[in-house]
Amino acid sequence: MSVESSTSVWPQLEQLLPRVSKPIQYVGGELGASVKDWAGATVRWVLMYPDAYEVGLPNQGVQILYEVLNEQPDVLAERTYAVWPDLEALMREHGVPQFTVDAHRPVRDFDVFGVSFSTELGYTNLLTAIDLAGIPMIAADRDESHPVIVAGGHAAFNPEPIADFIDAAVLGDGEEAVLEITAIVRRWKAEGSPGGRTELLLRLARTESVYVPRFYDVDYLPDGRIQRVVPNRPDVPFRVHKRTTMDLDAWPYPKKPLVPLAETVHERYAVEIFRGCTRGCRFCQAGMITRPVRERSITTVGQMVKEGLEFSGFREVGLLSLSSADHSEIGDICSGLADQYEGSNVSLSLPSTRVDAFNIDLAQELSRNGRRTGLTFAPEGGSERIRKVINKMVTEEDLIRTVVTAYTNGWRNVKLYFMCGLPTETDEDVLQIARLAHEVIKAGRAATGSRDIRCTVSIGGFVPKPHTPFQWASMASPEVIDNRLKQLKFAINSDKSLGRAIGYRYHDGQPSLIEGLLSRGDRRVGAVIRRVWESGGRFDGWSEHFSYDRWVTAAAETLPAFGVDLDWYTVRERDEAEVLPWDHLDSGLDKEWLWKDWQDALTEYEQDDCRWTPCFDCGVCPSQDTQIQIGPTGRKMLPLTPVEGLRTPA
Amino acid sequence: MVQRLRIRYAKRGPMRFTSHRDFARAFERAIERANVPIAYSQGFTPHPKISYASAAPTGTASEAEYLEIGLRASVDPDELIKALDAALSPGLDVLDAVPVVVPGGLSDRIEASAWRVELTGVAPDELARAVTAFHAAPEVIVERLTKQGMRSFDVRGAVVSLVAGVTSGTVPAGVTRTSGGGDGVCAILDLVVRQVTPSVRPDDVLAGLRVVADLVPPVPPRATRLAQGGLTAQGEIVDPLAADRERGVDGAPSA
Repeated sequence: MSVESSTSVWPQLEQLLPRVSKPIQYVGGELGASVKDWAGATVRWVLMYPDAYEVGLPNQGVQILYEVLNEQPDVLAERTYAVWPDLEALMREHGVPQFTVDAHRPVRDFDVFGVSFSTELGYTNLLTAIDLAGIPMIAADRDESHPVIVAGGHAAFNPEPIADFIDAAVLGDGEEAVLEITAIVRRWKAEGSPGGRTELLLRLARTESVYVPRFYDVDYLPDGRIQRVVPNRPDVPFRVHKRTTMDLDAWPYPKKPLVPLAETVHERYAVEIFRGCTRGCRFCQAGMITRPVRERSITTVGQMVKEGLEFSGFREVGLLSLSSADHSEIGDICSGLADQYEGSNVSLSLPSTRVDAFNIDLAQELSRNGRRTGLTFAPEGGSERIRKVINKMVTEEDLIRTVVTAYTNGWRNVKLYFMCGLPTETDEDVLQIARLAHEVIKAGRAATGSRDIRCTVSIGGFVPKPHTPFQWASMASPEVIDNRLKQLKFAINSDKSLGRAIGYRYHDGQPSLIEGLLSRGDRRVGAVIRRVWESGGRFDGWSEHFSYDRWVTAAAETLPAFGVDLDWYTVRERDEAEVLPWDHLDSGLDKEWLWKDWQDALTEYEQDDCRWTPCFDCGVCPSQDTQIQIGPTGRKMLPLTPVEGLRTPA
Repeated sequence: MVQRLRIRYAKRGPMRFTSHRDFARAFERAIERANVPIAYSQGFTPHPKISYASAAPTGTASEAEYLEIGLRASVDPDELIKALDAALSPGLDVLDAVPVVVPGGLSDRIEASAWRVELTGVAPDELARAVTAFHAAPEVIVERLTKQGMRSFDVRGAVVSLVAGVTSGTVPAGVTRTSGGGDGVCAILDLVVRQVTPSVRPDDVLAGLRVVADLVPPVPPRATRLAQGGLTAQGEIVDPLAADRERGVDGAPSA
């Protein structure tokens, strides 16, 4: 728990920075950053995105929570990111602990250490941060002097592989959850920290929305499967429920986005136009665990964009969601923003769109300024059959018509995204991607009369995720994946004329297999993570740092003691009766419905979207006491009044 | 474009770790935040009219960085300083803005830079000996990793003056001294270096002191550019904005 004074490590760090690459990433001082008085705060949070600054800084989740927490008068929140190995080595040599970029305070001085996991490949970076912070690696070894480590983000829907290292996990939306945790910590501190760390964790667990792994025991069957996961004390709930922020208009964050000095992966003002998705793509964890759909209104979106741009000076706006064209007033949002920023140098982009000619209209509208962003469509599967399995309801005609419309409207390159390694997939399903790409180019050439059109085929590896209908599926081995990708490359280039117009990008199968191990792993996988980290594993999301061999070796060294192995976690299909490591964590989805949807996938039976067809009983709304919130509101975005003259400080 | 202005800015404290690209991005956003009527180039991807004079290396502080902007509407220079300074992170500080009235490019007025280097933990007499050895050498060849690979070049020829001293509490205006590393002893080096190709930077001169006298500072030295501009016969730096400022006062029309 936090100390009453905290000393900046800047004087020591400053000596090291001239010796590392891109030192600016460790300096802080961003617009939107906040440095509050240590003594004036009663609850102090450090928030981490466990990847390099250039990836972590733009993360919306961290930015939102940072702002929400710092708006509280007696709360202080600072940020920390994964340090690159060059600085890590110097910090160890000179005894500099993991620090925040805001006031360069040691991470171990804070009350709560929140870590947001978008991907499981950040786990080793968490271990580096814990170790550099001087916090005991194993949660059970910590005492009142150490921060409570809380995991969040999508990976927190199965935090079992990191259960040994974290104190708690929160499932779902964080805006309200962080304030509730803050209130519990504030009160416990005010009372003089009764009962120590255990009492604090108990109070958190009793909310039923904070998962404290140490209060649950996992029993295993002789064959290695889980027998049951049960509370080991009478006063904690059997199941922990996800949090849902219902009214996005009441939480218009980020208001003051962080504007980095260093170059980062996204340099834009991003506004979520809605949360949740009921398209029902069976591979998509995000779509499953963020239900129901909750729209942000057109007027709030307009206001956020205006204020966000004025504050930040960004010239790019991203309208984010899981399927942006599905907003009930997307047409008015796009034309409203296009009107507001016509003639300015602001560019607008709408990532994550479905395969639909309507998207071309939207993209046309957004590119009125002359700045045309790329178009990406995601049919995900190459054959009609596999698209039925994954519930991606796109016909070949839809796709070709949509892409041809893009070409005839002046786009010369279109990106097509597919996955490889999907359940029931055969070589033939993947080879259909080549045929599809050939058809797209042929139709495009015919429609435009030009040979100056291209498409890029981009392939990602499928990873089965918890809380999806594919949570029971077996993964294809990296050998199978790599062989299919090789065949596909050959098939694309089998026609030289068409092949020349098609770009081909893919990742090999090995990292996906490890992501699969971490996604569906249980507490025993923690030993693998720790072994990998001890043998130097860092930045596993970066191909130049990732080592498949290191993971395979660590798995072989640790898992046999439990009677399981890497294949058992990855290429093994689970049956209906198996207790899954995350069954005690409630995403709202009814496990019976998920199983039924999995069976539907195997029989290639599609599921509609509940926004425009009757409820199909996925279970989220009744179990979470939530409901779909969509427009239209009928309101319009107000035109901006151009402001002349310099904007000087008040 | 109806007005051109030249701006002097500083890179101070932790902000000395910004690279030139980092600063350029931050400055373009500051232009947006401050609602500065910046002019854009013609063409398919219009760029704001901003040009930079040679920038101090990453990790090096500066009191005298320069850039030029082109505007589509005239602004009051004092208001511009205030607006831009407020729109930039503290430590990236806008110090001066002068409308361009005298023909000629900004880079033509920059011939040399004056630097001050703090060498914490280096004994002043040790530094003085190294400086003497440096002066005595006809040339001092150092190596530096550049984009083209390792290059060897002479640093002696570009050095106009090199003076060893000790900090006596008179730190130049705007230069923030931080604690740390010091045990009270802090030798300082004042140098004036001509703008040449390849550029000779303070760390190159320090590398030269290592070559001639085996001087190895125990902690990374801290360099600050104090001035850059024209070079007089006496080896003094001339403010590159002076000509425009003086002519501007006479009421000459903007170019």
